[in-house]
Amino acid sequence: MAVIEVEPLLTRLTGDEKHAPSAYSTLDVLWVLYDRVLRVDPRHPDDPDRDRFLLSKGHGPAAYYAVLAAKGFFPPDWLDDLAGADSPLGHHPDRLRVPGVEISSGSLGHGLGLGVGTALGLRAQGRLAPRVYVLLGDAELDEGSNHEAIAYAGATGLDTVTALVIDNQSASHGWPGGIASRFAVHGWTAVTVDGRDHDAIAAGLAQAREGAPHVVVARVEQKGS
Amino acid sequence: MREAFAGTMSRLIEEDPRTALVLADISAAAFEPVALKHPDRVRNVGIREQLMIGVAGGLALTGLRPVAHSYATFLIDRAYEQIKLDLAHQGVGAVLVSVGASYDGSTAGYTHMSPMDVQLIDTLPGWTVHVPGHPGEVAPLLAAAMPHDDPVYLRLSAQVNDIAYADAHLLRPVRHGSGALVVAVGPMLAPVLEATRGLDVTVAYTHTPRPFDTAGLRALAGSGNVALVEPYLAGTSAHVVSEALADRPHRLLSLGVGRVDLHAYGTPADHARAHGLDPAGLRTALTTWL
Repeated sequence: MAVIEVEPLLTRLTGDEKHAPSAYSTLDVLWVLYDRVLRVDPRHPDDPDRDRFLLSKGHGPAAYYAVLAAKGFFPPDWLDDLAGADSPLGHHPDRLRVPGVEISSGSLGHGLGLGVGTALGLRAQGRLAPRVYVLLGDAELDEGSNHEAIAYAGATGLDTVTALVIDNQSASHGWPGGIASRFAVHGWTAVTVDGRDHDAIAAGLAQAREGAPHVVVARVEQKGS
Repeated sequence: MREAFAGTMSRLIEEDPRTALVLADISAAAFEPVALKHPDRVRNVGIREQLMIGVAGGLALTGLRPVAHSYATFLIDRAYEQIKLDLAHQGVGAVLVSVGASYDGSTAGYTHMSPMDVQLIDTLPGWTVHVPGHPGEVAPLLAAAMPHDDPVYLRLSAQVNDIAYADAHLLRPVRHGSGALVVAVGPMLAPVLEATRGLDVTVAYTHTPRPFDTAGLRALAGSGNVALVEPYLAGTSAHVVSEALADRPHRLLSLGVGRVDLHAYGTPADHARAHGLDPAGLRTALTTWL
């Protein structure tokens, strides 16, 4: 299955017009992750040695749901009743209701802290294989809680964490010097890629190195453009 | 109580590989020896309380049993949304252990006080809240919080009673009378016993206001007159008591810390007096109400 085949699934999700731009902004990155990178198995979504993907940017999860459905984590029928009273799928994802969803998110600034804790917990139990990927938005980085996590993960060389920042230039006051530099100054390895170029995204993710957390900044069209 | 916590916690980390501790610089020196031996499970994240709770949530998601510790105002007030979302909403728990209860930090001022912590935790469902009144109650309460995954708040104070009642999960009668029931939570027992000397009342003690022992309350509240004396915001447990006695005539007096920011320093005893929680203030309030 190619990403083009996910788009019909994505269009089945209705009623979330406000968040549509953020939904589409993440589609390519999510597809690369689930199609090429993450070691996860929809038949064993709770395997303790799986990679973890934490969607911190929990608003506009349509692309996330579409990719999870495409990969078999839940039936595509679920996509037809987004945010219905009996639907497991809401405008913000709920880990207790959706197989394959690692965290319940929506309020910005929670995923990276949870990701750091998850990485520490896996390491403390001798599970050295799984990586922890956290997807954030550039505006979400305004939240101070993210800065606590960025500084700590960098200072302690938490090298099983990879952050992905979707940069659609939606932060109210911008990030002078670029987002990657804000991570790099705290000791992260950082790379900025075209967020629509699948090979570039995969190559950026592959640049993670031992001894430092890694960030891939995926630039996409400006929000509203 | 803080020393009892440090000693017990260090031992639990040695004994149980599922146990983890997250600090935000507060008390870090006390845990240095065990942190050196178990660096993967004792993490000091620096002065980052939001991250401390996020990390606790992440640790719990991988199956560990995290304990997070700081001053009540930083642990609970500052990180409230993280407690709500990174623990409860993820379907995981943690043990939160605070120091600096209510006005323990009175010389430091209001920035270091949290009389509202238990009421904030009480907005979230399913928490067990322990408010020990004696250092001897700390170790068994902490040890009992580790084998499961439910959310627990352990509130340590510098105010202490004379005697430890480790088994006071339920309302434990300490003095019997035929009149009103006076419930003392945690370190309020000592001033309550002094304030009620010579009064024909029953005094019952608990170190665990959540879940509140409603069956014990119904059994002991014979006269229907109940005075609730809590070391945090006045009325924090009033709704629980009212619901427990909803089907019978009753009167409830709720005593505790007032809501006002006094903008005052001084000793904890000065603040107890200002809030009417010293023996003289309690006696006046109780005899007026009786």
